[in-house]
Amino acid sequence: MKLLVCCVFVVLACQSTLADWVRQPFWYDDARRDKVAKGTVWPQPKSIQTSTQSLSLNPDSFSFTTTAKAATSDACKDVLDPALERYRALLFWIPADARVSVSGDSVVGSLRVSITGTCTKYPSLDSDESYSLEVPSSGEATLSAQTAWGALRGLETFSQLVYEVDGKHKLNVTTINDEPRFPHRGVMLDTARHFLPVPYIKQNLDAMSYNKINVFHWHIVDDQSFPFQSRTYPDLSGKGAYTQDNVYSPEDVQSVVEYARLRGIRVIPEFDSPGHMQSWGQGYPELLTSCSPTSIQQDIYHLGPANVARNSTYDFMQRLFQEIREVFADDYFHLGGDEVHFQCWMSNDEIQQFMRQQGFQNTTEGFAQLEGYYIQRLINVLEGFPTRTRGIVWQEIFDNNILSGDFTIDLDTIIHVWQWNNSNFQGPQYWDELPLVTAAGYKAILSSCWYLNFISYGRDWPDYYACDPHNFTGTAQQKQLVIGGEAPLWAEWVDATNVVARMWPRASAMAERLWSPQTLTDATAASPRMEEHRCRMVRRGIRAQPQGPSYCKYEWNLAGESNYVPTASGALGMMGYIQQLLLFCCLVLTLGFW
Amino acid sequence: MKPCLAFLVALSLQAAVAEWSYQTSWYEKARQDKVARGTVWPQPRSIDTTSVRYYLDPRSFKLEADSSSAAVSDPECKEVVDHALSRYGELLFWIPEEDRAGVDGDEILDKLVLTITRGCTRYPSLESDESYSILVNSDGATLRAQTAWGALRGLETFSQLIYGENGKHVINGTSISDSPRFPHRGIMIDTARHYLPLPFILNHLDAMAYNKMNVLHWHIVDDQAFPFQSATYPDLSGKGAYTRKHVYTPDDVSQVLEFARLRGIRVIPEFDSPGHMMSWGQGHPEILTRCYPTSFQPDIYHLGPANPARETTYTFMRKLFEEIRQLFADEYFHVGGDEVRFQCWNSNEEVHQFMVQQGFPNSTQGFADLQGYYIRRILEILHQVPETTRGIVWQEIFDNFEITGDLTGLNLDTIIHVWEWNDTRYQGEPFREEMAKVTAAGYRTILSSCYYLNYINYGRDWPQYYECDPHDFQGTEAQKQLVIGGEACLWAEWVDSTNFIPRMWPRASAVAERLWSPQDVADSEAASPRMEEQRCRMVRRGIPAQPQGPSYCEYEWNILSQLPNYRPVITSSGLRVTEGLFHIMFLNVLVLAVVKCLA
Repeated sequence: MKLLVCCVFVVLACQSTLADWVRQPFWYDDARRDKVAKGTVWPQPKSIQTSTQSLSLNPDSFSFTTTAKAATSDACKDVLDPALERYRALLFWIPADARVSVSGDSVVGSLRVSITGTCTKYPSLDSDESYSLEVPSSGEATLSAQTAWGALRGLETFSQLVYEVDGKHKLNVTTINDEPRFPHRGVMLDTARHFLPVPYIKQNLDAMSYNKINVFHWHIVDDQSFPFQSRTYPDLSGKGAYTQDNVYSPEDVQSVVEYARLRGIRVIPEFDSPGHMQSWGQGYPELLTSCSPTSIQQDIYHLGPANVARNSTYDFMQRLFQEIREVFADDYFHLGGDEVHFQCWMSNDEIQQFMRQQGFQNTTEGFAQLEGYYIQRLINVLEGFPTRTRGIVWQEIFDNNILSGDFTIDLDTIIHVWQWNNSNFQGPQYWDELPLVTAAGYKAILSSCWYLNFISYGRDWPDYYACDPHNFTGTAQQKQLVIGGEAPLWAEWVDATNVVARMWPRASAMAERLWSPQTLTDATAASPRMEEHRCRMVRRGIRAQPQGPSYCKYEWNLAGESNYVPTASGALGMMGYIQQLLLFCCLVLTLGFW
Repeated sequence: MKPCLAFLVALSLQAAVAEWSYQTSWYEKARQDKVARGTVWPQPRSIDTTSVRYYLDPRSFKLEADSSSAAVSDPECKEVVDHALSRYGELLFWIPEEDRAGVDGDEILDKLVLTITRGCTRYPSLESDESYSILVNSDGATLRAQTAWGALRGLETFSQLIYGENGKHVINGTSISDSPRFPHRGIMIDTARHYLPLPFILNHLDAMAYNKMNVLHWHIVDDQAFPFQSATYPDLSGKGAYTRKHVYTPDDVSQVLEFARLRGIRVIPEFDSPGHMMSWGQGHPEILTRCYPTSFQPDIYHLGPANPARETTYTFMRKLFEEIRQLFADEYFHVGGDEVRFQCWNSNEEVHQFMVQQGFPNSTQGFADLQGYYIRRILEILHQVPETTRGIVWQEIFDNFEITGDLTGLNLDTIIHVWEWNDTRYQGEPFREEMAKVTAAGYRTILSSCYYLNYINYGRDWPQYYECDPHDFQGTEAQKQLVIGGEACLWAEWVDSTNFIPRMWPRASAVAERLWSPQDVADSEAASPRMEEQRCRMVRRGIPAQPQGPSYCEYEWNILSQLPNYRPVITSSGLRVTEGLFHIMFLNVLVLAVVKCLA
């Protein structure tokens, strides 16, 4: 008997020494201490006070509580409840067998979440995302927000405060007051140059929420393919998709929109016209302009931009847009309007006739007017919808207006500035374009300096970090009209094999630029937080690429790829516990009968 | 009668539905020029294809070894062949069961018979014969090779000849006679700047086999980390690895070697010295030179290259190399030798004294002498662990000996690895001149200068690798003969498991064709449709090779990895779950027993 007790003690003692040995720090850990800032937040909050006093979290007993409003309002609960479930899983990552008991430590037992304003079903450009977070030296931590969207941002911040020390989940006493600098913080995916399976889109939405990015601009169709499955016009994807496997069904789109909504992310669809429409012409050639051989444009299908001279074109667009508007919930709709080559229109008699009829000159100005006419009719379509709908257009539409001297485009249209001037592209610089756009009274989104499809050797995120949407000469009022930015990842060279690694953590640099105060500009100072953030993303199942020689405690693993479950990653852990409990009960029962 | 009618209606409906689902979409037509179905990458030396089609029935098709040949009678052959037949048995057919169409009534190809005409060795080597021939005609299909390694290349080719059409696996009448242009076709991976978990290395070895690459140059340690776990010197990885989980145990290494061997791939380890050794110094600072503040080298540990003045350094290296050489099977051993900065040696009194003693002048020439001395000793050690071991060194070693004007210290059986280039990014030796010099001095050489895959650019970059030829320098026929091949290098400063495979493939495939196929296969435009096919084939087989311009693959890379053919040898969570359960059970029983006893 005594021998047995003795044995148990020896085993216990050995185990703790072994555990100690495993936790011994390595030389590289020391070297990395300057490089990684544990438990720091990305993007940096507006105001944050942290003390050195650290508290522990107990994964087994930690709980979220909610105040009356957050608990009773259906609209709030609808978003908050699944979020609490997600963050419960994200808060704790140390594998159960590597955890060390926190008994005896000062412990944060719970986080109390309160929502003081009203919640909406969908996030919008006007959503309030502010929150305040208090982790006191004793007692409950509190998170307070106006809306569920603010609560989501606060939960993300809270989860990022947690760091790992010797098998424990720790966080420091902290006070945060936070809100975004810009309301429109987006990422653009292009699913036309390469089809992207839905799980990747959802994974990207997860990564976006880890970076407090709130707009998914879905460049869903283009010349190369039309993967959007329309009920009204089934031949669009039926003939214009790469294959019938490479389509997004209405259910797919709905599941993406819902997945995004629960993460406080708006999904803005782009159906680019009148250019970039080759794939539309496969099912509906009558929509497009026939280019005659005199055209300079090389086009294997001899079909060019939309046929803007026919009323049937506008009827088609009206019906299609109506369907799209019903599937996508956001009140903004990206109409595209970029890179229209006028030669095809120029070569077509029907168009020429129409232009004469409208009084447009047969000059570049005239064609610019023609495109402006087309886009304004589409905007009229949008504005005619029963639910409020407004347009976003690429900058050419605005430039055309300047060219023709005829500002036909409604003032509540957002101008998306994307051109730049360097060895890759000869266009106006964004700091020259933004003053014009905002002086004319339009709201603007900037993308010029965040084209993530362009790659080069080495550490490139500081370039994205350095670019500021307010970097132009203009009045305070003009600056106010810049509502944010977007990082586009055009997909000529990107598909499911590399999209996540190419996007992250490069898009994180833009995320901080758009969320955090303008004064935060030092990339070198941000580096240790960036390192922490990229490893955090990898740990959470996002294949974010490295930024120089380093390691993450939890490396990306091949097994992780197949184990990646977008929604319910926490369930496994819980199941494990239940399993263990059941097994234990069984054993007690069996042995009880001895 | 009525049921019969219903049956007929059902049949005709089915046909209509089937036809509908095979309807080609517009892009399919546009892609017909872009994808060359059933083509081989790298292009065989000689290939004739007829328009006669044979259909394969996945249920009954047989891959057979000719029992009267060495493929069965020679046990060394049999082991490699058996594994290969079971692998290719799966790779041959990919159309999911439910999408397959019956091949009744078509001309069937029912088997491939594999014959090995000579014998086999346990490991592939630089001298291995990889030639093979394939014949597919109405008599059946045959594959003949001299060795198991040739048989592997032939099986890969045969598997690539098959294409899918309306739910059927099809092959055309074909006659191929093939052998590689260069015997050394390698890829260098760097596991020191970032650690690569084992499954990724294995995944990569599969991809190499799909591209007929035959050398994995494993740059296993460097300044940043020492992930190789040594039994002789446990502190090397014990203190020099990123963490204790970021290591390759002897078991891991053996797994890589075996996985590679079964695919006809040699694994050449690189233990770079005397530079690039910072991580070694964590466990064994005594083997490095202490740099003094006068030194220009910014070095947080104030430790520089290996200390060439101490005999203990050489003893250390000998013991370590003995261990490595026992573990790694290949006769070649890469000893590095690149980028040694002399400032640290210059700042160290002990090294100075040693140089005086050896009669080396206190000049660049003298330090080159010193490095030459060190490398000579290292090569001597190599020749003793055992004596068949040969060295590969980076070009600086050759350049240094050239500076000293005396190449006698550099054994002629050493292979010179040319890596420098001269452009806006790097000012080094132009590689064509270097290749000419190295071969003129009688050394064999490997080219990497134009195959640095870690450098990336926007857009389609594989043509630049494709167009770089190792024979593109001024030299005699004898000199050209000394070029044994090339290696694509993917240094890992910006690469880890998150992006390693897509960055490597299919860019390395361009190098693979350059090194395997005849020199006149050099038109990247013409190669494009085959490249498209090869990249989609890799994706289909579970290699996330990145795209090369707007396109699609019939089988896209999927997050769920529902790809039938790739199974990493490492079991992931499955085993651990069972282990965990046993562990819990055991603990519970223990606790209960204690409770019981106490009661």
